[in-house]
Amino acid sequence: MSSQAHAPANEDAHNVHHGHSHGYGAGHGSLKTYLIGFVLAAILTAIPFWLVMGDVFENKLITAVLIMIFAAVQIVVHMVCFLHMNPRSEGGWTIMALIFTLIIVAIMLAGSFWVMHHLNVNMMPMSPEMMKNMP
Amino acid sequence: MFGNTTLTQFIFGRLTWEAIPYHEPILVVTFIAVALGGIALLALVTWFKLWGYLWKEWFTSVDHKKIGIMYVVLALVMLLRGFADAIMMRIQQAWAFNGSEGYLNPHHYDQIFTAHGVIMIFFMAMPFVTGLMNYVVPLQIGARDVSFPFLNNFSFWMTTAGAIIIMMSLFVGEFARTGWLAYPPLSGADYSPGVGVDYYIWGLQVAGVGTTLSGINLIATIVKMRAPGMTFMKMPIFTWTALCTNILIVATFPILTATLALLSLDRYAGTNFFTNDLGGNPMMYVNLIWIWGHPEVYILVLPAFGIFSEVVATFCGKRLFGYASMVYATCVIMILSYLVWLHHFFTMGSGASVNAFFGITTMIISIPTGAKMFNWLFTMYRGRIRYEVPMYWTVGFMFTFVLGGMTGVLLAVPPADFVLHNSLFLIAHFHNVIIGGVVFGLMAGVVYWWPKAFGYKLDPFWGKMSFWFWQIGFFFAFMPLYVLGLMGVTRRVSQFEDPSLQIWFIIAAFGAVLIALGIASFIIQIAVSYLRRDQLRDFTGDPWNGRTLEWSTSSPPPEYNFAFTPVVHDHDSWYDMKNRGYERPLGGFKPIHMPKNTGTGVILAGLSIALAFALIWYIWWLAIVSFVAIVAVSIAHTFNYNRDFYIPAETVTETEDARSELLAERT
Repeated sequence: MSSQAHAPANEDAHNVHHGHSHGYGAGHGSLKTYLIGFVLAAILTAIPFWLVMGDVFENKLITAVLIMIFAAVQIVVHMVCFLHMNPRSEGGWTIMALIFTLIIVAIMLAGSFWVMHHLNVNMMPMSPEMMKNMP
Repeated sequence: MFGNTTLTQFIFGRLTWEAIPYHEPILVVTFIAVALGGIALLALVTWFKLWGYLWKEWFTSVDHKKIGIMYVVLALVMLLRGFADAIMMRIQQAWAFNGSEGYLNPHHYDQIFTAHGVIMIFFMAMPFVTGLMNYVVPLQIGARDVSFPFLNNFSFWMTTAGAIIIMMSLFVGEFARTGWLAYPPLSGADYSPGVGVDYYIWGLQVAGVGTTLSGINLIATIVKMRAPGMTFMKMPIFTWTALCTNILIVATFPILTATLALLSLDRYAGTNFFTNDLGGNPMMYVNLIWIWGHPEVYILVLPAFGIFSEVVATFCGKRLFGYASMVYATCVIMILSYLVWLHHFFTMGSGASVNAFFGITTMIISIPTGAKMFNWLFTMYRGRIRYEVPMYWTVGFMFTFVLGGMTGVLLAVPPADFVLHNSLFLIAHFHNVIIGGVVFGLMAGVVYWWPKAFGYKLDPFWGKMSFWFWQIGFFFAFMPLYVLGLMGVTRRVSQFEDPSLQIWFIIAAFGAVLIALGIASFIIQIAVSYLRRDQLRDFTGDPWNGRTLEWSTSSPPPEYNFAFTPVVHDHDSWYDMKNRGYERPLGGFKPIHMPKNTGTGVILAGLSIALAFALIWYIWWLAIVSFVAIVAVSIAHTFNYNRDFYIPAETVTETEDARSELLAERT
């Protein structure tokens, strides 16, 4: 860890966090990566606007799904170009935190959809026969 | 928003004289008592000229030890407030029989049970846990402070600001009458048009900022600042549980923030996320809030498990049984706690498959908890047990918590839950695990680490008194609620028709009085110990023959914690060092780099209170002004480059020499 990188005596783990220390951790962006990120983000934002304003698809569902996909790609662009995340940064901690976050988000979304779908099926107005044949 | 308003409305929003509850005699008397007590306290502080000392040494301090102590002080103050609510409810329920309305009208009673829950969870248990983690974790891993010392101070003040917002509702306006999770549609604008729910929302949002940031801070500290040689599997168990708890905090508090933000949009902007009509769905709120709410109970109880692990190992003079299984159990609980949230609303109407899934996951999560219980028992087995006060709390915990865990597994069976949902059986169950688990753990932690923090032990007689009053009082207060719950009495009821129930409520009220004596004994314990501090003094820094690194430094530790960063070879590293004949370094000290105090945290938290108050009372100009001020102060703080200093080597030498003299005198 960082504390081992420094001499054990007085300049220990402590001075890594304040003052001007960048530590060994995350990669640093260059002007190039920021520009690539900016251009990609702009394009990925412009396309959904065009999809909606230009009435490209008849079916609203396709538009909505496409916008969601562009949003997801946008998140990846931000993480790579602006947050400088890669599998090696911070000794793998960033990617581990990301995986954990994704698992939690997946549990939350999948679980909520499942629960709310069941509620929707069960709790909408029902006839007595439907009540009897509940799953 | 600004149309057709008079000047008064523009200045004060919806705040009028009517908002001051002078027609409620109980509140007026409370207000007078609080005001007199407050004035007396302020007068004393002024008389002894303590303002400068408090500001320089405490309020603006970025020292994790002082912030930890301030967290615990906040928690104890809020414990008294929350307990006052509790005993008022117990008296009301024991009284309101045979046509009597009791002494609290329903309007007031509803606010009390909401405030009790909110305060005990968010402003008693959370700051208590955070305070102990703040104090102990850096010492246990051999660090000099947390990763982000200013952020730590800021987090503390945001938590305090949230507590102040909640406390203001007592005397200005009203508090929510919705229960501690403010379910819509009751908490929506249609059914709760007053300021109560707004106090709830903004109090929690402000405190939530503090909680989330302190979670990030402690994760970074544990991951990045461990002493050389301390790999993850050599970390003390308390640090492990603190790590898992903070991961849970960082992963779940955003869900709470987002859910409350949606609720406030419903209330302020007229959206329909959780309303009854126009496509809103109140059940979504219940679903979301419990995705936060269930991990929250593990956030509270995991550090308590950590404390028991440290206490058991220390007072049995043995290495903890099954260290690795303890770590894995903690991590498994951390993950599984995300998969059980639906057991809080089995009755809402999901089908059998959903209920079965969550019922089974709930039963599974009791397995790692049971494994921990056996680890503690096996640590005690053939150990040389010293029955000091922390050990009392631990054994009391094992007994009480297992009982609460079993009623929990009972409630996890969906058909049983259909009978017991929202009954007093449920109330008894979660008080059984929260008091028997979290509160007993925190009490054990306070007694265990007190000598480290202040340099003298707590008086054991009053400690045991406190334990026995709590333990016996708990059974008197909550066993009757199990009985009543099985008879079908539901929670949050203020008046009763059936006179045969009264005796149970009287027993429960008697139990609450015993718990009050337990709290009083705890306060007496602190006072007596302070007065007898010379007899109880700990000169060695290691009063319990401890096993982890915090006992290797002096009590109280110097500002820099460790003159040299310790090097770790084994877990229970201090025990290992003692066995290998560790010698304290006596010379060669170097200047130590430390962070500087700053008042920005206090200022930002103060502005947040102003912002919250403005939003609650619709005082839009104040909201805008305070929001702009928050942004401005935050940006200005980033230009503060004068934020660190060196403790000169001479000072370190003086401090360490003074300690050497003390140690020499004793031996």
